[in-house]
Amino acid sequence: MYAGLPLAGNVTVRGFFMAKKVIMTEADIKRTIARISHEIVERNKSSENIILVGMRTRGVPLAKRLASNIESFEEMRIPVGILDFSLYRDDISSRDIPLVIKSTNIPSSVDGKVIVLVDDVLYTGRSARAALDAIIDLGRPLSIQLAVLVDRGHRELPIRADYVGKNIPSSKDEEIEVRLTETDEIDEVAIIPKPGREG
Amino acid sequence: MEAVEQIKAIDLKDENAQPVQKIWKHKHILDLDDFTPSEIDLVMQTTAAMHEILSRPIKKVPTLRGKTVVTLFYEASTRTRSSFELAAKNLSADISNLTVSSSSVTKGESLIDTLETMEALGADIIVIRHLNSGAPNLASKHVKASIINAGDGWHAHPTQALLDMYTILKYKKSIKNLKVTIIGDIIHSRVAHSNIWSLTKMGADVTICGPSTLLPKGMDNPLPYFPKVRVTTNINDAIKDADVVMGLRLQLERQQSGLLSSIREYARLYQITEERLLKANKGVIVMHPGPVNEDVEIASTVAHGDKSVINEQVTNGVAVRMALFYLLAGGSHNE
Amino acid sequence: MNKPMLIKNGRIIDPSQNLDVIGDLLMTDGAIKEIASDIKKMPTDCTILDAKGMIVCPGFIDLHCHLRQPGFEEKETIATGSKAAAKGGFTTICCMPNTDPALDNKATIDFIKATAASEACIRVLPIGCITKSRAGKELADMGELAEAGVVALSDDGSTIADSRIMKQALEYSLIFGLPISDHCEDAMLSEGGQINEGIIATRLGLKGIPNAAEENVIARDIALAKLTGARIHICHISSEGSVELVRNAKKDGVNITAEVTPHHLTMDEEMVLDFDTNAKVNPPLRTQKDIAALVAGLKDNTIDIIATDHAPHTDNDKLCEFAVAPFGISGFETAMGSLMKLVHNGDIEINLLISKLTAVPAKIIGSKFSNLGTLKQGTAADITIFDPDTEWTVDVKDFYSKGRNTPLNGHKLKGRVMTTIYNGKIVYKDNSVKLGV
Repeated sequence: MYAGLPLAGNVTVRGFFMAKKVIMTEADIKRTIARISHEIVERNKSSENIILVGMRTRGVPLAKRLASNIESFEEMRIPVGILDFSLYRDDISSRDIPLVIKSTNIPSSVDGKVIVLVDDVLYTGRSARAALDAIIDLGRPLSIQLAVLVDRGHRELPIRADYVGKNIPSSKDEEIEVRLTETDEIDEVAIIPKPGREG
Repeated sequence: MEAVEQIKAIDLKDENAQPVQKIWKHKHILDLDDFTPSEIDLVMQTTAAMHEILSRPIKKVPTLRGKTVVTLFYEASTRTRSSFELAAKNLSADISNLTVSSSSVTKGESLIDTLETMEALGADIIVIRHLNSGAPNLASKHVKASIINAGDGWHAHPTQALLDMYTILKYKKSIKNLKVTIIGDIIHSRVAHSNIWSLTKMGADVTICGPSTLLPKGMDNPLPYFPKVRVTTNINDAIKDADVVMGLRLQLERQQSGLLSSIREYARLYQITEERLLKANKGVIVMHPGPVNEDVEIASTVAHGDKSVINEQVTNGVAVRMALFYLLAGGSHNE
Repeated sequence: MNKPMLIKNGRIIDPSQNLDVIGDLLMTDGAIKEIASDIKKMPTDCTILDAKGMIVCPGFIDLHCHLRQPGFEEKETIATGSKAAAKGGFTTICCMPNTDPALDNKATIDFIKATAASEACIRVLPIGCITKSRAGKELADMGELAEAGVVALSDDGSTIADSRIMKQALEYSLIFGLPISDHCEDAMLSEGGQINEGIIATRLGLKGIPNAAEENVIARDIALAKLTGARIHICHISSEGSVELVRNAKKDGVNITAEVTPHHLTMDEEMVLDFDTNAKVNPPLRTQKDIAALVAGLKDNTIDIIATDHAPHTDNDKLCEFAVAPFGISGFETAMGSLMKLVHNGDIEINLLISKLTAVPAKIIGSKFSNLGTLKQGTAADITIFDPDTEWTVDVKDFYSKGRNTPLNGHKLKGRVMTTIYNGKIVYKDNSVKLGV
């Protein structure tokens, strides 16, 4: 199989030089993930039939963390999948799209399963919409739920999360930046002013 | 031979998603001579993602909804056309097919006229198969749509070479230092030409082999116009230690033009046989762009044997073409 | 009508008299009157042209061009072609007979002469066919053609494949003393060929034309010329091997002359990369090695003259797939600028270059034209004035020729024709040239 593309570091242009305010620290994130893990099991009465599906990019490590949390108190394996929903986006022709896509990889059939989509930030709802379509193309799950670390509001579609780590009311002129050790070498959530768009 | 099934082994390691444009600079796909190794890598990676879609019960994603793909074929080729058509449909593009019979060519409708009509009909991507080398290059200079070369004359067949590479990568870890031998009518083969570009760019050791009448000219000193490859007329030398052996379709009319003495003698001297493959490396795979003249280029036992990956090439063709549509579909180069 | 004119302070080069001086040239009544270092005494009403820093030489003579009339007036006419030639510094051009109908009888030659007399701004001399309709089968009435005023015989793009017919044509031409202008191409070897055979052809997937396609026929026709004693003039030689064949034939005493085009001297096969149909020409652009041999051939006079092979086509003719496009480069208006590259690079001397555009071509078309290609006193005042150092960028939109088919569009050239004078009359003048009285 193809080995993967060596990517040139973190390419997000997220104004590291701008004034930023840390909203969640490493410890906050850890506590929040622990809480959501319990909520997922509680809501679904058991951990059976659950597949945690991480939405690329930062949903993937979050899903993995949730799974290992649940595994630690439920003593059973929780399958984790990766969902690349780039092909379902509604903005393919616009700026900075398409993204480099990777394989979607879900370890078993989604039929009859409880799919918990995991993402870092819920904002307009468009990514979640794309992810829903992507999952439904894979089969007929029993239900689909959505877990996010941060809900920052400004929805453009009728979508809500089932599990929310933290509600962060924000302005559209700000960006919420989630950094995770797996992808960014540090765990934190920060709020920063939006950088000017590149020419 | 079964492809090693690696899809199930989930690697949760992930890099940040980044815009394709950071790597991809192509508005058109005319040949692979101007591709960078990173671009070829990107196509391979995107193809893998598309390949996963093809394994689903619903093989359709909405990515190119509202985009129009037109195939414009001046040479009949049901296989290639269907492959492009399926790829476009899997991505939810609108597709229309135009086969231009030689009669309307003689009527004086020029390629440019036809392309302008296509564009007026709203084509975003035009797939061209043409009997004349360079026709897609000409097209790319006169229309706003993206052009994909689906094979032009003796010049290039980039999508075939990319699917060949994807197929090779299913069996071999890397192209670098791989010994690839291409056997047959090299001079008239756009498949061979494009494969020579892509394989050498990725570091393969390429050998071309065939009767001297069918070998390209100027290969003793090809740089900087063409990659340096090993050239031999001896099939046993060519196959020795090869990791990949690729046959090419022989146009049977080569005999009439005096390039071959007979098909029989060609088969005797240049057929890829089980016996000849004994000298190849362990794990050698046998490829052919199809359709195969069985027992001419390749012994039928080899074509249907366990070293052959010929049928897989067809499936991979759809995935590669989906990947290319995706990469061409969006972004700043279309503005 | 032809007012007296004085060209002052130019570098006057006339190879026919081994002349290379800085000075003035006076013409009256359409003829050369005087060349001197400083002409003070001038007739009244005399136009003065200051040629300081410029070269003043005999008007160029082109033994090989295509004016497309009759039959292909959309590509060029005698009027537009001659205007383009004048812009390129030519005052005498010889047009090839591959028109429709072909120039194989008195009527068509008369048509050319009549049209030229009324529409051409310079001298147009027709070349007649060797065989009827250029079909290579039956000899044309060479006697009739000679009387009608052709300066040479040629089947142009169609080599006479049948060696027996070629031998007989050479024998028959002896009666009239006309040179046979010979396009040498073995059509079986070049069949379907598009560009030079080699690595570029491999890269582009185009069928190659091997050098041997040209050399084959040159070798054959040298043998036939030797056998018959007839005069052959080899058109547009392009390969190293061809130069060698002609060189040896000359040593051998064969009655042979040869020409080369500006494009074969200055451009190689790389020009067709990217499928530029404007660089598609027959014989094809070859390699740097061939170019070096062609330059050497010019220097040792193996190659006698430079001819443009001006071959205009419409934009539409060339706007098509490479294999479908016709061969040919529109050459009049870039010839001098291209050739000066050889001088600026130190490859050849300016005097030698001028001789191959003036005195030598005049000699090839015969003693009848000994008053052409020279600045001798009393000869027709055909004069070209060019600035060897002016740099300019080729823009086909400025072409006078209907054929804008050149691979040089957008290229910088150094050396530009400033004024062309035919029979004492200015037929082309660059905007920068100011006249005084």
